[in-house]
Amino acid sequence: MHKPLPTLQGHAIDNLQFIRDTMSRASRFTAVPGWGGVAIGVTALVTSTLTVRMNGTTAWTYWWMAEAGVAVAIGVATIVLKAKRLQLSLLDAPAKRFALAYVPPLVAGAVLTLVFLENGLMSRLPGCWLLLYGVGITAGGTLSVRVVPLLGVLFMALGAAAFAAPASYGDAFMAAGFGGLHIIFGLIIARNYGG
Amino acid sequence: MAGRIGRQSSAANRQPVASRQPRANQEPRAPRHEATNLDRVIHERMRLAIVSALAVNDTLTFNDLKRLLDTTDGNLSVHARKLEDAHYIACEKSFEGRMPKTEFKLTAAGRKAFEKYIAHMEALIRNVKS
Repeated sequence: MHKPLPTLQGHAIDNLQFIRDTMSRASRFTAVPGWGGVAIGVTALVTSTLTVRMNGTTAWTYWWMAEAGVAVAIGVATIVLKAKRLQLSLLDAPAKRFALAYVPPLVAGAVLTLVFLENGLMSRLPGCWLLLYGVGITAGGTLSVRVVPLLGVLFMALGAAAFAAPASYGDAFMAAGFGGLHIIFGLIIARNYGG
Repeated sequence: MAGRIGRQSSAANRQPVASRQPRANQEPRAPRHEATNLDRVIHERMRLAIVSALAVNDTLTFNDLKRLLDTTDGNLSVHARKLEDAHYIACEKSFEGRMPKTEFKLTAAGRKAFEKYIAHMEALIRNVKS
């Protein structure tokens, strides 16, 4: 039979729950991987070197989709490793909120990729990818350390510039964004926010 | 430190009579709940929320805390002041452009008091389970 808790102990449980909830709401998602960002940047630069002469072709698109797969694998692995090292849960509220803000623009990007492919607009994919990735980083970054939203805004600016620039510069924009920005900000995060 | 004396005196005036007169050379201490020896500065809900939020952030601005705790300027000011008076949080005022900015951070004494408070709560729960 359930025995009601005495008042003092009941209050203690209630207080601890209140503390846990407040800390969870106030927490930022700090498991953004700096070194993972650097690694993703390096693989993106390698891909851009391989695809520089394929700009706007279907082969170019497949290479970059493969690179996206590699980047996701590196990203997930390094987030898990960093969270483990910092003893952070990836199932707590800050991590879930970060994922909820970060993932939807990437899903939108995947859907738009199919639309662009069907309509032969491969040469405009760099603008689409950079812009939507930037939206995801900016949205997720509001729940993370301060430097992350700045990274997102720079990705968005590059995406807008890629749309405005001639399509032949697409690969250069991809290298600057997914390569350069990832490496620079990855180093900043690694140096200042625990790896 | 000298500039804080006035504030400490006003905080002391709000304490129970028995704790108003600290002994000479004694560090300012937070008032305790007689029955349970609880730290009453932290025990109040809004102050507990402020300390909990600062425990997981290096610093939080006044506006960060106001938004996070869904409270008013006046309410937050009053409770933050009490925590400051107890030396549990430190406040730094500056300007961001022309806008005044108030940043709070948890002091070492505040973190210690917070950990002690949590330990106290856990002890209470353990007692009822055993």
